Amino acid sequence: MRNPYRTQKIAFSLLFLATLLIVVPVGLIVIVIIFKGFPAINWQFLSDIPRQGMRSGGIFPAIIGTLYLVAGAIIFALPIGLLAAIYLSEYSKENVLNRIIRLAIINLSGVPSVVYGLFGLALFVVFFKFGASILAGSLTLGIMILPVIITTSREALESVPDSFREVSLSLGVSKWQTIRHIVLPNAIPGILTGTILGLGRAAGETAPILFTVAAFYLPRLPKSIFDQAMALPYHLYVISTQVPNVDEKIRYGTALVLLALVLFMNLVAIIIRYQFRRRKKW
Amino acid sequence: MVKIFTIKDLNIWFGSAHALKDVSMDIYVNEILSIIGPSNSGKTTFLRMLNRLNDLNHNCKMEGNVKFEEEDIKNIEVELLRKRVGMVFALPLALPLSIFDNVAYGVRMHGKVKKQSLKDIVEKSLQEAYLWDEVKDRLNESAFKLSGGQQQRLCIARTLAVEPEVILFDEPCSGLDPISTAKVEEAMVILKQNYTIVLVTNNVKQAARVGDRTAFFLNGELIELNKTENIFTAPKDKRTDGYISGKFG
Amino acid sequence: MRKVKEFIIEKLILICGLASIFFVGLIFLFLLKEGLSVFNIVTPLDFLFGKSWYPISDPAQLGILPLILGSLLVTLGAAVISIPIGIGCAIYIAEIAPARIKEVLKAGIELLAAIPSVVLGFIGMITLVPFVKNCFHLPTGLTALSGSIMLAFMAMPTIVSIAEDALYSVPKTYKEGALALGATHWQTIWRVMLPAASSGLLAAIMLGIGRVIGETMAVMMITGNAAVMPNTILEPIRTLTATIAAEMGEAVVGSEHYFALFAIGIVLFIISFAINVTADLFLHRKQ
Repeated sequence: MRNPYRTQKIAFSLLFLATLLIVVPVGLIVIVIIFKGFPAINWQFLSDIPRQGMRSGGIFPAIIGTLYLVAGAIIFALPIGLLAAIYLSEYSKENVLNRIIRLAIINLSGVPSVVYGLFGLALFVVFFKFGASILAGSLTLGIMILPVIITTSREALESVPDSFREVSLSLGVSKWQTIRHIVLPNAIPGILTGTILGLGRAAGETAPILFTVAAFYLPRLPKSIFDQAMALPYHLYVISTQVPNVDEKIRYGTALVLLALVLFMNLVAIIIRYQFRRRKKW
Repeated sequence: MVKIFTIKDLNIWFGSAHALKDVSMDIYVNEILSIIGPSNSGKTTFLRMLNRLNDLNHNCKMEGNVKFEEEDIKNIEVELLRKRVGMVFALPLALPLSIFDNVAYGVRMHGKVKKQSLKDIVEKSLQEAYLWDEVKDRLNESAFKLSGGQQQRLCIARTLAVEPEVILFDEPCSGLDPISTAKVEEAMVILKQNYTIVLVTNNVKQAARVGDRTAFFLNGELIELNKTENIFTAPKDKRTDGYISGKFG
Repeated sequence: MRKVKEFIIEKLILICGLASIFFVGLIFLFLLKEGLSVFNIVTPLDFLFGKSWYPISDPAQLGILPLILGSLLVTLGAAVISIPIGIGCAIYIAEIAPARIKEVLKAGIELLAAIPSVVLGFIGMITLVPFVKNCFHLPTGLTALSGSIMLAFMAMPTIVSIAEDALYSVPKTYKEGALALGATHWQTIWRVMLPAASSGLLAAIMLGIGRVIGETMAVMMITGNAAVMPNTILEPIRTLTATIAAEMGEAVVGSEHYFALFAIGIVLFIISFAINVTADLFLHRKQ
């Protein structure tokens, strides 16, 4: 008879190995980018425009472009996403409509990012004639991060105990006032977490902005929302694959800035969540 | 005696479960009406019907005629009904606000009030709920810092602050120790002078102590309703006798 | 006055509640609007099963079979790698890891999910591609295999987190019952936990695969982008997503090429729709 404890030992070792196979490369990737990218980071790199066909100079326009895009996406997606989350958590009933909405959200989050790019191109760039512009890119990214914001906000709203709602309603306070003054304030940390995660996602995506906004090389800052703009992820793609003989330092530096931006947002989200859990009063 | 609630042939279902069956009764102004009965007998459903909190449950269906001061409660604007018919829940449910803001919450939501008059309302309500002396120096602290009994009296004060006519108590002492219970009961007896009180309780002795009249519910039916001393000394129904003497429950 | 204000707000909330349906519909509508025109030039069958993709030759040859097979090949490779590792990692996190390490591991997985795909593509180009090239003595390391490895890596966060949830939501009594009967921890996991969590694990795998099929940037950067019928996993291939991303920039709005790329978008949309709906069914079957 086989010894079940030896089988267990072997199985657990294999599971541990599987875990290492994921976690170690992640750590290595982050460390490599930090170490190789760090020497490239200086004030000039962060504040200068790209020069000599992007082989030297800085990445300032790309940073600014990404910030514009992210800001635009959130301005569009947060109000809609938050209200949608309120609808799902506070108003909808268990019925067919609710189920269809849920399915729609799941699909929205599953649509490949490049298909969002196509959609943005067809609707905003061509149909609405915005052209390739910050506006078109922001709206495309905004729709893309909508499911993230809806799902996390909804979870945050639903985690507010029902008893709070009952107390408020039993005092003759209206439903909207209850939501506005009791439910929302207690859900804000969760909503914030979701919003920031959405921001991070929008900052890192390349495919949706390929045809809707991204400029290959635009060594100046955008002047209006109808301008094209450079963006960090697209810039990294361009200097990695489209431009020969770019100093590896610049590539790693760009990757580091992008990674730092995205990870910083995630870190903030994690901290908010952690603080909130510790402080939670009920 | 003036009727404040007139209930006729009330039936309530939750999905297919028949929670209340043909209940008819009157509730009078300035009385304490105790409602006793084993769990799942429909007491709480009856109580929550009075200020239409059952509406929050989408499965709930109600038939029959319930009048509050001569008006069908379905025709009264629900916020107004709940303002006039306040509720204190089984568990001390303080809102995650300061002590002051908890009491002021309902008043603020119902319209603009001057700062000073708001302070007056908060003080008056806390005094009526027997809590003022214990909290007057720390009104800005979180309500969660209070003990369970204090929180429950805070909830009473919060209900009083919107100046209801009727106060519904849903087993208000179920989570409290005997001393806190005594304080809440004391508050109830004094409140009776200005308010009508409907008290649902699992504690038969509590009903005997504070109730003017007592109703006994069993399996969704109103078995007996009478003056408290009659219920406890000479119950007409065998089941009432069995319940209050502890043969089942 | 307040009544009116609240009425308006509540209507607004309802409208936004319906927004996700609206946007899914809008996406599909605009893909159809731009994509269906391609079927004036090729029949749907020739489009799906044509073996040559030469969109700018004259006449254009618009067969996407090589692209579909390219996508399938990398997806299959990624699935073979990511399913055992991902599920294994999920079991380790859910069942074996001590509480402290569990938090670290979960943070690591979340970190991986947060890394932009273009960064992973860049790293893959610099490390993985030369490695594959040297390992198999190939003329180029830009192959389906490199893509599969990279994509497997990118599918991990999805698989691990959903699988872990599925294992976590197995009722404690199942586990305790098995342990009380004298089964070892591993026997309990293998014979009790995994079968009980099976529909959630399936959903995890499906959503992981969905992520892989939709992935664009990393795959475009490391699979070599050769739109030919793939023979082995050690040759360059091109996926559906990469084709859109690489060619839409040059396609003239309103040209056959433009329509064809949108038609590929329709195919991708339908695939992801099917995967997500099925995964959702699996996830909610247990309730």
